[in-house]
Amino acid sequence: MFAWTRTRGGVHPTGHKETTAQRDILTQLPLPPRLILPLFQQSGANCLPVVKVGDAVAKGQQIAVSGAGLSTNLHAPTSGTIVGLQDVVAPHPSGLAAPAILLEPDGEDRWLAPARSDDPFARSPEQLSDEVERAGIVGLGGAIFPSAIKLRQGRRFEIKTLIINGGECEPYLTTDDRLMRERAEEIIEGARLIQHIIECYEIIVGIEDNKPEAIAAMKQAAKPYGKIRVQAVPAMYPMGSAKQMIQALTGREVPAGGRSNDLGILVHNVATAYAIQQALRYGRPLLSRVLTVAGACVNTPYNVEALFGTPIQFVIDQCGGLIKKPARLVMGGPMMGQQLPSTAVPVMKGTSGVLALTSREVNEKTPSPCIRCSRCVEACPMGLVPLEMAKFARADDFDSASDYGLRDCILCGSCSYVCPSHIPLVNYFEYARGELKQRKLSAQKLSYTQQLTAARNERMEKEAELKRAAKAAKAAKKKRQKKPANSEECDS
Amino acid sequence: MNSKLSVVPQRPAPHTHDRAAVDRIMLNVCLALVPATAFGFYLFGWPAAMLWLVTCSAAIITEALCLLLQDKSLHALRDSSALLSGWLLAMTLPPWAPWWIGAGGAAFAIAVGKHLYGGVGQNIFNPAMLARVALLVSFPLQMTTWIQPLGFESPDFLTSVQIIFSGWQPNDGLTGATILGELKTGYAAGSVEALSQTHFNGIQSLLGQTAGSMAETSEFLVLLGAIWLLHKRIISWHIPISMLLVTALLALVSHHANPDHYASPLLHLSSGGIMLGAFFIATDYVTSPSSKLAQCLFGAGCGFVVFAIRSWGGFPEGIGFAVLFMNALTPLLDRYCKPRVYGRSINGKPINVKAQSRKVN
Repeated sequence: MFAWTRTRGGVHPTGHKETTAQRDILTQLPLPPRLILPLFQQSGANCLPVVKVGDAVAKGQQIAVSGAGLSTNLHAPTSGTIVGLQDVVAPHPSGLAAPAILLEPDGEDRWLAPARSDDPFARSPEQLSDEVERAGIVGLGGAIFPSAIKLRQGRRFEIKTLIINGGECEPYLTTDDRLMRERAEEIIEGARLIQHIIECYEIIVGIEDNKPEAIAAMKQAAKPYGKIRVQAVPAMYPMGSAKQMIQALTGREVPAGGRSNDLGILVHNVATAYAIQQALRYGRPLLSRVLTVAGACVNTPYNVEALFGTPIQFVIDQCGGLIKKPARLVMGGPMMGQQLPSTAVPVMKGTSGVLALTSREVNEKTPSPCIRCSRCVEACPMGLVPLEMAKFARADDFDSASDYGLRDCILCGSCSYVCPSHIPLVNYFEYARGELKQRKLSAQKLSYTQQLTAARNERMEKEAELKRAAKAAKAAKKKRQKKPANSEECDS
Repeated sequence: MNSKLSVVPQRPAPHTHDRAAVDRIMLNVCLALVPATAFGFYLFGWPAAMLWLVTCSAAIITEALCLLLQDKSLHALRDSSALLSGWLLAMTLPPWAPWWIGAGGAAFAIAVGKHLYGGVGQNIFNPAMLARVALLVSFPLQMTTWIQPLGFESPDFLTSVQIIFSGWQPNDGLTGATILGELKTGYAAGSVEALSQTHFNGIQSLLGQTAGSMAETSEFLVLLGAIWLLHKRIISWHIPISMLLVTALLALVSHHANPDHYASPLLHLSSGGIMLGAFFIATDYVTSPSSKLAQCLFGAGCGFVVFAIRSWGGFPEGIGFAVLFMNALTPLLDRYCKPRVYGRSINGKPINVKAQSRKVN
């Protein structure tokens, strides 16, 4: 009831959600001529291809396995032939090319195996989390963190509450909104399956109050089950951030440097819950996702369910194409999304939207000096002082920047959004964090090198010691051997 | 191996922006000053308007010169911050002050108060108040020659030109002391109560029919502009309200204790430049703290100093000194009043909660 007082800061960007929120998700897209499947679809390491050029693959067949550390599997989104393993233009922050698998669909869309029909609730939690891992599911809210790892952590710690995050706070994006309206029952089942895996007591579905239809649909779907609560939270950016969602729903804060596990809470996005349901109920790996295609340059904005690897241009064409040349193409939401190098890049697991924005929508201006208006302080949902952090980050004084909360920054961009001087604050913080990380790495490297050098010196010392000892022994031996001769000499 | 297929210069997120802009903010503040300024022109006639024009133009010209000297683009003029500084200074000047007071003050405000520190956003002290205080201590006579409000009986254009531009001395019939000035002598005599009863009319003082600076006599019209700024969320209530509250509370308590020595809260709040100071000068972004708690302390400090100077100090009015004094404390306040960070306690340590391992039965 008093949820609005719980979170602080945040901004209220213009939603631009009306058109796509009113239209059904476009499903059953025609197959594109070629699918491009980059190997870095998850946070962490690239996955490793297990197919070679010329292989015929079926829909749902695994084509790449988890790499080292954080990673996930990748499956063929449709049946066809592998036509290439090569570098492609990819929506990677570095702007560099990235390795990808190229798949030419055969048009049959033939599944590897028929859908499962046994009851997932009858299977053990361990079995289910293994299945989630095999299905290659990552957090679809934007973090693209492998879901199975989160579930396993959830099993290791005592989780009381599962939060299903329906706070789609980025402007333009309505994928979660549409999913909740159209597939509420599947999402609720997905949530119950997660509950089954992590054995938590209750489920809270948090939805922003600007999505009344989604709230109604989810309430309806949750009605038959106990311990599922659908709760409206105030619409503001960044409500979809797990930390803010937890605060809005429970009034508690995730400790700095900690995880939601520490509070006995696990957060999953609605789209992830849906993907988990599909994987566990039907044995279907993650092959497609819903993304919003919007922006004033798009002819008819829609939510589209597209196979991974579909070129962005193909998806835009399904929405009537572009009516004018966009000033900026963005993957994801406008607040945290990433500028696209071109429309040739594919839809990936983390692609929550494709925006073709006019310069008026982008509203970029040349930065001017900070006038200390402290709007960024008011807007910061984490209680930081962005203007001071930026001042120090610009001077490469990262320790002072950390004092003002650099480490706690969630890079949500609220400060940059409200800055009347148009200072790219969040960009400074990304830079500073990168530098800090680099520094930490080199410090680690240094201490490791020192360790190795010390070990080497010790070893050399020991070897020298041994050598000396051996030499001494040898000399002694020689002496002893020589001694008789000497004595003879002496004698003579 | 990784051939650079394409390296596109990427713009950082966010890819959208609020409509807020510095020039828009500055112009809104100027707009909020219009009613009080217009009323000042009505009260004090052409000379006031000329002085205002001279002061504002001098501020803009000085800004342009400073930018040129530093080889910076004149584009920065567009943010109107120089206009605002000049305007605020003009409002606090005696309405018939000679032109060189306005022009010199504005030049001092912009060149010394702002550009010496490194330009917009870098100054420690409020430029307008710095200039006003500098003028007050250097030219006390010109800075304390107050004109009685004339309304439509103000001098004609040519006489006005003479008044402002050729060192004209007003005759005693036109000038008069401000109520705060009169009280200054009253404090010593212990006759504050008597003085305020004969020379002070609360309604008239609020509306602005009194001797005083060019455009701060009407607390009512200044407040009108302030409400507009509050509504536009250009200023927040923290600084002005805490400042006014502290002054009023101190006045209330001391007035009750000794009415012969201390003026009433109404007199304090309706006289001098307190409203302009609280809503337009103390709230200056650059020189006030950024966190809410620090802003409240800043406002309270201003309020206290104003009361102290008015009651015990050597000057009848203390807004300028109070604001400058607290400006100097702003970095300190900012340092020690950081907001609490999410997930941390007030002293910056992470909240103490630890994950509980699953109990295995």
